[in-house]
Amino acid sequence: MGKYVELNNANFAETIKNNNVVMVDFWAPWCGPCRMIAPVIEELAEDYEGKAVVAKVNTDEAPEVAGQFGIRSIPTVLFFKNGELVDQMIGAAPKANYAAKLDALLG
Amino acid sequence: MKDLVIIGGGPAGLSAGLYASRMGIDTTIYEKLSPGGQITLSSEIENYPGVCDVKSGLELMQCWPKQAEKFGCKIESSEVKSIKKVENYFEIELFDKTIQSLSVIVATGASPKRAGFENEEEFIGKGISTCAVCDGFFYRNQEVAVVGGGDTALEEALYLSGIASKVYLIHRRDKFRASPATVKRVLENDKIEILYNSKVKKVYGEQFVDGIIISQENREIDLKVPGVFVFVGNSKNTEVLKNEDGFICEMCDDGSVMVDLNMKTSLAGLYAVGDIRKDAAKQVVCAAADGAVAALQAVKYVDEIKNS
Repeated sequence: MGKYVELNNANFAETIKNNNVVMVDFWAPWCGPCRMIAPVIEELAEDYEGKAVVAKVNTDEAPEVAGQFGIRSIPTVLFFKNGELVDQMIGAAPKANYAAKLDALLG
Repeated sequence: MKDLVIIGGGPAGLSAGLYASRMGIDTTIYEKLSPGGQITLSSEIENYPGVCDVKSGLELMQCWPKQAEKFGCKIESSEVKSIKKVENYFEIELFDKTIQSLSVIVATGASPKRAGFENEEEFIGKGISTCAVCDGFFYRNQEVAVVGGGDTALEEALYLSGIASKVYLIHRRDKFRASPATVKRVLENDKIEILYNSKVKKVYGEQFVDGIIISQENREIDLKVPGVFVFVGNSKNTEVLKNEDGFICEMCDDGSVMVDLNMKTSLAGLYAVGDIRKDAAKQVVCAAADGAVAALQAVKYVDEIKNS
């Protein structure tokens, strides 16, 4: 079963570099909307297993990564392709919206 | 054919789901994210009767879905696109399929409104926020601005005063319309500086917010703050009630849904509850009560159709 990947300062750069398409959800435990999309992120991790990497960054535990991308609002979801930041979504959205972005990047 | 479909999983929808399923009708809630609703943006709730500990919105809503599911209510994560009445039932278009139900309770709530200043949209998530409990953390020991003068604005200014080094509260009038107890706490808080009779003209910055320009009667103030929290009311999420010919039920001039005291809309079998309905008090307890009222009505309505 596919599961999302937990990213932090130690494994972030490597994961982005070594995978074709990566979606990263920046969240924190106290953030209501983040919790509301948590089940969606888990489902996406399963749906896209083997095609794209679905990852999460706990901004409380990994503030350096959040700082690196200037995250000022959560949830923010960043999309990377071939190691480059190509798209982002700020605020909670339905599953289909995230899936559409992933599909577009996977071509 | 389902008995009842509830659209939206905030306090109103979850309470309707609890009541209807407990009374034995087949009930499904469709929530586009996951249950909880707008209240999960709030840092502190101290006025939900019977809950004496001060809780965050997230904590307050924690067990509501489970309580509804205990009685058989189904909660699905799906966005509803439209509703159409056909003969004596409804067709509900979801993202990936169309389902049928004898009755519908619309509990889609509201979303934070924009204040309408220059560059506001471009800087959302880049310094502009509508959720202090989510984003306050990014401004630890920095100065922030809060825009608004109602209960939410003042409560969240107080919350932010515990994190930020200073909070500028920007209000367009000379008096607050928030409850007196909250106003008193704000006035006594020495980390909050109030700018009355002030309007935000624009926000500026390169990639992120660097500051805002505030206009007062005779002058403009340049306030260098990296964070701006906007709490200027809500707009109602009524898109689901709209189709190509307009709204499927009667609406009020302010954009809310016309209902009677039983939460009935002008269309038989369709109910509207919580923040979207006429004269909504915008309180969790009121939304929950609306949900219960509508559920009781829907159960009666479904029984009548089945027995006719």
